[in-house]
This record gives sequence, C-alpha cells and structure tokens, in this order.
Amino acid sequence: MSFYQEYLNYQNIDFKSFFKNVKDRDIKTILNKDKLAIKDFLALLSPKASNYLEEMAQQAHQLTVQNFGKIVTLYAPLYLANYCVNHCSYCGFKSNNNIERNKLSLAEIKKEAEAIANLGIKNLLILTGESRQHSPISYLKKAITVLKEYFPSLAIEIYPLKTEEYQELIAAGVDSLTIYQEVYDQNIYDQVHLKGPKRDYRFRLNAPERGCKAGMRSVNIGALLGLNNWRQESFLTGLHAKYLQDNYLGTKINLSVPRLRPQKSGFKPNSKITDQNLVQIILAMRIFLPRIGINLSTREAADLRDHLLPLGITKMSAQSSTAVGGYANSNHTKQFAISDQRKVSQIREMLINQGYQPVFKDWQRI
Amino acid sequence: MTDKLIIGGEDLTSRLLTGTGKFAKQEIIPETIEAAGSEVITMALRRVNFDSPTENVINYIPDSCRLLPNTSGARTAEEAVRIAKIAREAGCGNWVKIEVISDQKYLLPDNQETIKATEMLAADGFVVLPYVSPDLMVAKKLQEAGAAAVMPLGAPIGSNRGLKTKELIRILIEEIELPIIVDAGIGRPSEAAEAMEMGADAVLVNTAIATANDPVVMGQAFAQAVKAGRSAYLSGLGRTKEQADASSPLTGFLEG
Repeated sequence: MSFYQEYLNYQNIDFKSFFKNVKDRDIKTILNKDKLAIKDFLALLSPKASNYLEEMAQQAHQLTVQNFGKIVTLYAPLYLANYCVNHCSYCGFKSNNNIERNKLSLAEIKKEAEAIANLGIKNLLILTGESRQHSPISYLKKAITVLKEYFPSLAIEIYPLKTEEYQELIAAGVDSLTIYQEVYDQNIYDQVHLKGPKRDYRFRLNAPERGCKAGMRSVNIGALLGLNNWRQESFLTGLHAKYLQDNYLGTKINLSVPRLRPQKSGFKPNSKITDQNLVQIILAMRIFLPRIGINLSTREAADLRDHLLPLGITKMSAQSSTAVGGYANSNHTKQFAISDQRKVSQIREMLINQGYQPVFKDWQRI
Repeated sequence: MTDKLIIGGEDLTSRLLTGTGKFAKQEIIPETIEAAGSEVITMALRRVNFDSPTENVINYIPDSCRLLPNTSGARTAEEAVRIAKIAREAGCGNWVKIEVISDQKYLLPDNQETIKATEMLAADGFVVLPYVSPDLMVAKKLQEAGAAAVMPLGAPIGSNRGLKTKELIRILIEEIELPIIVDAGIGRPSEAAEAMEMGADAVLVNTAIATANDPVVMGQAFAQAVKAGRSAYLSGLGRTKEQADASSPLTGFLEG
C-alpha cells in the first residue's frame, strides 16, 4: 500500500460534474462540521465555495490560532549546487538550459552558513539539482557536517532518495524533508518531465513516505501550481498530506502551495491561479487538515504574503536567494525569481506588527 | 495560609502553572505570568533560542519563577532524556516536564515511553513531571519510577475541550499520593475551577491564556478560578443529587 493506490482511486473522479452538484447549503453544512470527509474537502475547492471565502477564512484563522498560536516559523533556503540531469520543461535549472553551473565547496558552504546565520536564521533548507554525479550523498553529508554547526534544524530539498539514504542523511544531522510532486496528474507529469530520472513518477510520489519511514521529523509536500488544474492538484495534495498524517503519526506533515514563477525556461503555465484561487486552496487545506503545517515562500509578493498570513500559514521563508551561493556572493543565475525581497529583519517586524510571534528556532538537534 | 503544594520538596503557593507557547508577543509573557500568579512556567527547549536575547523566551520569565523545561518534540524515551539533559546543561535547572509524543495529529502522549523516561530521569536526579493520558496503572508506575507529580490530560493539547477525562482523573486523585496536575485541554476558567473542586492539586494552562485576545486578563481569570476551586474543595463541597430530598420517605415510619 502506498499513496499511489489512493491516487489511482481518485484520479478518475469526474471533477466537473462533482463541482456542478455542489450547492450553497452543502458549503454551509460543511462549515458547521467538526471534522471533514474527503468529499467535503473537495467541495471546499469548488467554484461554489469561492462565494464563501470570508466564512472559510474566519474558520481557518480560528483553527490555526487554536492549533499553533499566532506563531510563524522562519527559514531560509541555501542552494548548494545547480547541476541537474533532468529536463523539466518549467524549471530554470533544467539540464538543457545553458546557464552557469556551480557547486559550493565546503569552504564556500561555511561562508554562506555564516552569512545566513548572521541574519538570525536557525532553520535552513538545503537544495541541490538532481545530479548524483555532482551532488552525491557523500557531498551532502560533508555539507551537513559543516552546516549543523550553525543551524539546529536542517531540511533537505533534493532529488528523491531511497529510505536508507534518507536514514544516512538523518544520521548526519538532517531532520526534515521537502519534496514536491510538482504535478499529481500522471499524464501531465510525463509530459513536463521530458528526460532524466525524475521521469519515474512513482519513485518521486513515494519519496515523502520513505522520508517518514526513515524517521524524518517533518515532511513537506506540494504541487507546483500552474502545471494542471489547481482544484484537482490541490485535492490530491490534501489527500497525500492526509495519507501521510494518518500513516505516520510521528512525522509532522506540512504542505506548500507554490505557484509557478518566471524563470529561465520561459515555460508558460498551463493553468492560471489567481490570488483568490490561492486563498481558497489555503483555506480548504486548513479546514480539512487543522494540524497540518502550511508553508508560504518568497515566491509570493510581500503584500499578498502579509494578507495570507492569518489564513493558516505556519511557516515562511525570508530573504531567500535561489542562486547557488546567493548569500555571500550574489552574481549567479537563480532557479526562479523570488517576489518578496524583504530582509529577515523586515519580515520579523512585519510579523510583530501583525500580532504574530516570529519563531527562529523550532528544533534542537539531540 | 498553610495550603501549600509541594513538588520536588519545594513549597508552592500558586496552583496554576502556565506555559510560554503560542503567545503572539513574547513581551506580554511577564505581565501574563504576574497576573496569573504562577510560580512554575513551562517552555519547550526546542524553541529556546539561547543565541538571541530578544528571542530567548527565558528572558521573558521572571527570575522568581521555577523553569519547567518540557521535552516537546521527543518521540521516544531516549529523545526525552537527551532533551532534558540538554536543558539542564543549558542552565534551566533540574525540573522537567516529560512530553513524549509520537502522534502529530492529536498530540496524545505515549504513556509507555513516558514511564521509561521518568525512570531514567528520576534516577539521574531530575524532578520529573510526566504528561500522560490518565490511566491508573500508568500513574502507579510513574509513582514507583520516582515522578514528582502526575500530569494527566483533560483533553488533547490545545483542544480547549475541557475536562473530558474527568472520571479517570478523579480516580488518580483518589488513588495516587503524588500531586495530580491537570494539564492540557482546559479551555475556560470554569473548567479549571471544576478540576480544582474535584481535588486536583493544580492545573497547567497554556493555550487558553496565550491565545486569548487579552492574555493578561485571562491569566488573572484563571488564577481566580483556580483559587475558588481550591477553596471549594478545602471547605468540603456537598454531594450533588439528582432530586430534591423529601424528609425521610423510607424511614419516616420509625419516628411515627
């Protein structure tokens, strides 16, 4: 049993006819429930539910405050390398893009770590492209050994690994895993992942579960919004999160709602997601899964992030650079353009002004 | 007043313990603690940012308070023990609230692992306050393991659902010699009063105070409720009855 079986069960739902049958009274009934069924979650993603965003927002806000308090955990990403063997049509780092490829040396990693730690950041997310030749596990382990001196919590967002490999990285000092399916619809997945090991849909789909099995404390999933119809993708992301939450009680499950950003590939999104759509996704997720962590990155504009904050967000990135070695040296190509350019100190101030406590440290390596 | 709560050989006047989680602003913590009159304050070691004076929650806890670091984040007894030792080495004292939670969905404690951690930490000189689902046999084992108190949950953490486990807690109060501190689930002052009226030795309240619109006033409200509930318990509450009493309907004939 893996989430793939559930995916197969749900992939052929007739979404259009389901949405057509959602009535106003259904939404009202759902918003009075203590616990939502799967079809209630889908109804909250319907066009009909978009007329109830304020009611949904009130509930989502209240659930978030009750479960998490008015607290937002901050983190920053560090790109270690951008060598990549995959050809993903939407990515700025894809293998056939003629960009400068880099990989940080251990001395450079130390410099970056110092620059980021000086900002007050304690939770670091480390990223690489998919290249077992340039960024093998052995390289990552050495990088982790350097980084753990600076950061009490380390997360990875790298190519999917086997369970034993995740265990190796946990033993080295990693505690959290981020891996996005990008797109749950398998046909579209095949269309946009043209070359490379990433073409293996199931190996990627089951990676979060392998992370849970390996003992990750926290696992973060998501779909890259823009590759397929967002209602369907958000529904499957929510189901995936629920599957992991139900089967791996010991792992904290988080999800992200990344919208495609402009990048060097020049890829045009297949589906446009408006701010209103994004709000509906966050609200439906929070009401369906009250204890799930929801992560909002600097992909989104400062003003929008400030408004999304009370709707269910528990984690935010700050002062991100998406270039390899972008903190101590900022001249390299970025994977995608970030939108919220504010400094850590400004994000901190914004949170305090909105009545939220910025939390820099949320784990102590033991 | 001679009505003292004794934990780990220490006399405490306040029977309301509070926490530092979920506050929108750390700056409001000192005033809230003062309003609540709490002497024992719990904080998650994983969140304590020792490197930053403005972020470090310990800097917001009045010096007169006893720190009660908790092992939030621990999934096994071993992890709880390691966190407790880190806290002690970091200067947080030798009190520890054990939270072993391997359930991120409901945040329910793992009683078996908690017993193991209690044994190890009590043997190592800690004053151990274990957080558990209320269960008599578990509480007895915690007592044998050297716990300084038992902290049964009223309802899942942060749920504000009140004293859902009341009957089980009542049994612990009757059967266990250690102080019973109801921890988690208490959402309203009236529920804190209810726990105290029943004979609980203290309550620990965090979410309901920290997430109130005005934590200071809510802290005060809980302090009053805890005191009222304790006084009622000490003064001997009458038994509640379902019906009004007719005068001796069954034995009145004897007087005839």
